[in-house]
Amino acid sequence: MNTEVDGPQEEGPNDAMVCCFLIHTVCSVSALSSGGSRVLHSRVFGPEDNTESDPERRRLLQKERLLALARRVRTAVCLYRDAAGTSCVECVLGEEAVALGEAEFGVLRLSAGEPFPAERTVLWLGVQNLAFTLVCEMHENLLLAEGTLRNIARHCMEELRLLGPGSEILLKSDRIDALLHRYVPHGQLLFLNHRFTHILDKELSAYGTK
Amino acid sequence: MYSTGNESLVKQAREIQDEELHKFYGRISKLLNANRDHGNETIDSLQRLNLIVSATKYAKTLPPDLKKKLQTLLLSKTHPEQFQILFTSILRESLPLSTQELSAGLAQDTRSSSYVAAVVLSQAANKDDVAPVCQHLLKHLESRQPDGQICKHTLPILSKLISYSPEILTEDQVNLVSRKLVDWLRYASLQQGASMSTGGFFSGPRTRQPVPVTEVDGAVAGDFFTVLCVGHSFGEDQWMNMYAFSMIRKWLLTYDAEGTSGGESAHLSQIQFMLSQLQDDRSEVDSSVVSMVSATSSSSRLLPPKERLREKAFEYCHRLIEQSDRKAMKRTDTELQKACIVEAVTIMDIICKEDPSYVYRAFPSVKALYGRLSGELAYARALIPIAQFYLNHSEMAAVDSEAVFRQLFSRYPSELFNEPALAYEFVQFCRANMAVLEDGVALYRQSFPNIFKFLAWTSPALVADYMELLPSLMCPDTAVEILHSLLDLPCLAATLDLQQRSASYQASERVLWDHGSKVASVLEAFRQPSYRGLFLYILRPEAGSGDTIDRLKMLHEVLSDMAASPRVVQCAQVVPVLLHVFFNNVTKFADEKLISQLALVLLERSSLLYNIKQFKIELFRVFSTHIRTLCKLHPSLLVNQSRELLDFAGSTANIYSKEELYTNVVWLIGEYLSVVHDPRCSVELITTFFEGLEAVLFEITQVRQSVSPPSYPPRVITVLMTTLSKLASRSQDLIPRVSLSLSKLCNFARSRLVLASYSEEDTEEIITRAHELTNLLKLPSVAQFVLAPAALGESPRWHSDTNASLPRAMRTISGLLHKQSSFQQSG
Repeated sequence: MNTEVDGPQEEGPNDAMVCCFLIHTVCSVSALSSGGSRVLHSRVFGPEDNTESDPERRRLLQKERLLALARRVRTAVCLYRDAAGTSCVECVLGEEAVALGEAEFGVLRLSAGEPFPAERTVLWLGVQNLAFTLVCEMHENLLLAEGTLRNIARHCMEELRLLGPGSEILLKSDRIDALLHRYVPHGQLLFLNHRFTHILDKELSAYGTK
Repeated sequence: MYSTGNESLVKQAREIQDEELHKFYGRISKLLNANRDHGNETIDSLQRLNLIVSATKYAKTLPPDLKKKLQTLLLSKTHPEQFQILFTSILRESLPLSTQELSAGLAQDTRSSSYVAAVVLSQAANKDDVAPVCQHLLKHLESRQPDGQICKHTLPILSKLISYSPEILTEDQVNLVSRKLVDWLRYASLQQGASMSTGGFFSGPRTRQPVPVTEVDGAVAGDFFTVLCVGHSFGEDQWMNMYAFSMIRKWLLTYDAEGTSGGESAHLSQIQFMLSQLQDDRSEVDSSVVSMVSATSSSSRLLPPKERLREKAFEYCHRLIEQSDRKAMKRTDTELQKACIVEAVTIMDIICKEDPSYVYRAFPSVKALYGRLSGELAYARALIPIAQFYLNHSEMAAVDSEAVFRQLFSRYPSELFNEPALAYEFVQFCRANMAVLEDGVALYRQSFPNIFKFLAWTSPALVADYMELLPSLMCPDTAVEILHSLLDLPCLAATLDLQQRSASYQASERVLWDHGSKVASVLEAFRQPSYRGLFLYILRPEAGSGDTIDRLKMLHEVLSDMAASPRVVQCAQVVPVLLHVFFNNVTKFADEKLISQLALVLLERSSLLYNIKQFKIELFRVFSTHIRTLCKLHPSLLVNQSRELLDFAGSTANIYSKEELYTNVVWLIGEYLSVVHDPRCSVELITTFFEGLEAVLFEITQVRQSVSPPSYPPRVITVLMTTLSKLASRSQDLIPRVSLSLSKLCNFARSRLVLASYSEEDTEEIITRAHELTNLLKLPSVAQFVLAPAALGESPRWHSDTNASLPRAMRTISGLLHKQSSFQQSG
């Protein structure tokens, strides 16, 4: 056996799943310090490496990590926009395709301990003043992850009317869960061809319309 | 988009008072208890509760009855999905934990299993918490009732479970799942699944005709079902096929690697394969020996489950690679094809690592794939796993990998430097394989100018990775050029920017340049043939192709208008940290000659930097630190580079423009220019340095007398004085000269002009230092001892050891000096 070969095995089997998904702000929010980011939706998949034994403190640690992540991504988005010299075109409801077309996309690596115990890859999609962020294990198929992230972002934009002034993102967040339940069940990225996607989309459009 | 309305809603949810919250809990309990269909009001309330429990980082604790109610409802199967999702989400976010109650309630019916598992998995704190879910899923997999429904998310859940704890499955269970995976991967139906909508009256009989699934280009699918097969609808086996392929890589990585059952046979195949290579050089033709090898490891139903799965997964990947050649009718399917190529090649790589006999079977397919994709930049990201495959296996299969790495290191960075995802994957590939690349792939180190392009373009996101990569790119041959390239990194960023703009705008569209005439004029220069060589040098793909250091100044001038552009500034900010990495690493392998060269580069480049103010200040600090380290390591570099050092230290202009570095260089001369460190350090050499510095000091005092205000920092003056005294102590003929200089300096420090511009403490400091040195030099042998501490200072002990000789010597000497000066005064 080729056990001496360097490879993913040595980093443990934790290497091909999505760990969490976030939607958060990348603009300044009056109640937050500069550089802060408001997490509007977060979903952590499955058990995570968390040293706290008390459930309340476990949850706190988890949320603190997500906040640190959101701040990190916010900085990345801002740096990216600065460097590219792009100015945000304000889009209104109905212009989702334009907003997504202009969205910035980036990838970054989180070293172990910053803030998750193990190394992670972060994919982000900056749409106007929001970012959609997917945190994956190191060896995830990034082409698949990117496609999934864009798909989820599109659904969120359209179904939660994110370009409008409403509060759907906060009050109807169960729809995001329904979305993730299909496209990233338990953190598993799926190889969906257009027919699989179509069937899931159809299921989703029936969601909540009883 | 996110508005103040949203912000106040978050605030409300966070600040809700206990009393109000309890009333709200009560209302929801009542709504849920009502024995009727829950309507919009219930949904609305649950959504608000969901917001309340998830809006803060501090957990909310639900009243026991409400929690119980939510759990019971989640476990019962009667509710529409929206309720299930809301129950799941509320239970997941709130306390007390629901792990035990939900695990205990997992019923025969599997419809709610996925939701229940979502809560249990997210609240689990250890393996025992998740074990019941695992057992529940396996039980349903095992029961072979034909109508037994299995949870559609069985595989995603298992995938999550095994990443959390691989040992959660027993050997038997691993075999069970492996067998199931084989069935799903390889034997899913090629007919479309039963459509949900039954046809109309007339179409009734026709819809019952089985309709085959098709390939992504519309052709009828042959062979077996994969994720690249499309149909109007899919049956359960086809869904499971998709889920199985989505998790197979993780499964193989987790359980195939152990090789408990396959270890020996794999080893055997490896030996057989090697034998076959020995016997038959034309290992790619279907020789009888080899086909016997592949026969032993393939297709037989008698194989143990793990090996059978390996075989089937391999066949699946093989088919995916073939299918990815088809022209997809939908754009999303084209994207999926790319993702499938990446996955398939990666899985093949894993399998080949476990069982090298597969290398031979995989290569023709991977090689053909490479041939197909190598010309297309749109498939660049798919090439990275292919490169990984070549890196791991080409040697064994005796396949030439040169072209693959040339494509990877030469073409991609120069043409796709602005693709963030490719940049990331490229850099991670290099990081993961640093050791192999630096030894085995000469082109890797050779291509560092190209590899730096990703860094220059996306500096903040990649700097941490490049801090790891940089040492692997460095070797004695490339070190000097790497140092230059790091210093030129902001220029590279600016040039890449120009390259991109130039490609996207035609000359006729000049009006559209939105960054004003500044960029337009730089862009003009970028296109001019007279500057072409300069830009080509900065954009060179490989090391060693040309050196235009004498024309760098011109490049900096051309690019000066871009020095403030955010991308260039971001890039400039990462240079100091990379320089630290560079110097910390270079000292590990550099010999005296190289160290000398590097010191020279620092001196030369200190006046040849891209004009970004903060960048220069930072860099002089870095230069100072490391020129000290270099000198300490090889003090004879002072002799080797004496002319350049003298030029540098003898120029008063350097005091103005690079005070930090200047001060350090002068200090180094005093510290290390001694016969103790280098026998070539003759009296003549010391005298030359002395005269150079003496002239500087003289110039300072002259300037002081003529021009106001004086702007030389007092620190430079004291360091110059000390260095002159040190040199004089080593060549005692110089002592009268330095004493004269010092006394002049004292006089002038007391002059009105100087007094007006320095603080009292600064003046005091200069005068005191001059006095101390003058007095010290009156006892030449003592001065020689005190002013030459470098060699003694090598031992770290004397910092802490109060009994060591130096502190005591200092005390004695200062006592002596005091006595003498009081004697002189009284005398």
